[in-house]
Amino acid sequence: MVKISLEFGLGLALVLFSLGLTGVLVRRNIVFILLSIEIMLNACGLAFIVVGSYFNQPDGQVMFFFILTMAAAEVAIGLGLVMQMYRKFHTLDTNSANLLRG
Amino acid sequence: MNITFYICAAVAIVSTAMVIIGTNAVHSLLYFIVSLLATGLIFFILGAPFAAALVVIINAGAIMVLFVFVIMMLNLGPQTTEQEKSWLSPRMWAGPAILAVVLFIELVYALISFHAASPDVKVVTAKDVGMALFGPYLLGVELASILLLAGLLGAYHLGRLSPGDREAKE
Repeated sequence: MVKISLEFGLGLALVLFSLGLTGVLVRRNIVFILLSIEIMLNACGLAFIVVGSYFNQPDGQVMFFFILTMAAAEVAIGLGLVMQMYRKFHTLDTNSANLLRG
Repeated sequence: MNITFYICAAVAIVSTAMVIIGTNAVHSLLYFIVSLLATGLIFFILGAPFAAALVVIINAGAIMVLFVFVIMMLNLGPQTTEQEKSWLSPRMWAGPAILAVVLFIELVYALISFHAASPDVKVVTAKDVGMALFGPYLLGVELASILLLAGLLGAYHLGRLSPGDREAKE
């Protein structure tokens, strides 16, 4: 197995996280926003794994397991909300759902 | 040996960028699956095979299937056949396929050459992770199960038709 320097691993996680954040900020389609949130969660998991393997500890993988659990729950709820939104507004544009009273 | 990590990182960044700038949701999903596979390969060559298996099985398998289901449900209609035709054109799957082939070559190379693991890096196996997970992190596992139950109930509640919708349909 490969030992990489901490800077490169964390740098990759940072780049992926920034890409996901950019996606959340610039896209207006709610499916793409959910995908970008997934990218951000995955980048966080990558950072945990990189540090965990740097110190040869299993804790990084344990944290990745928790992030994965959270991502699964988040995506189930998020896609349920997407279905409700499509039923109500017949579009996936988040700008159409800018009122608190539907 | 580090070159495998850099190629994986490049594939992950390129495919993630394609997710962000894509306009067709299914194209973006394909690129995102490639990105997840690249991340899984990075986990593998970093000595975390359990996390690599999890990211392929759960993220690239189960969660992406949910996305595909929702995208398919949302564009039912006469234009679906046209879309189905356009999805089968080579222009659409060439990019993800090339990136996936790069990852596959790397995986084969990693499986062949990493048998003699370098002594300074220890592989954190699934057994170590399980010992930590059900030892000091037991409370976290319980909380994760409660979170999954809450997610299940929430998804069921959000996914069903409300009484008003049912009347409108009939």
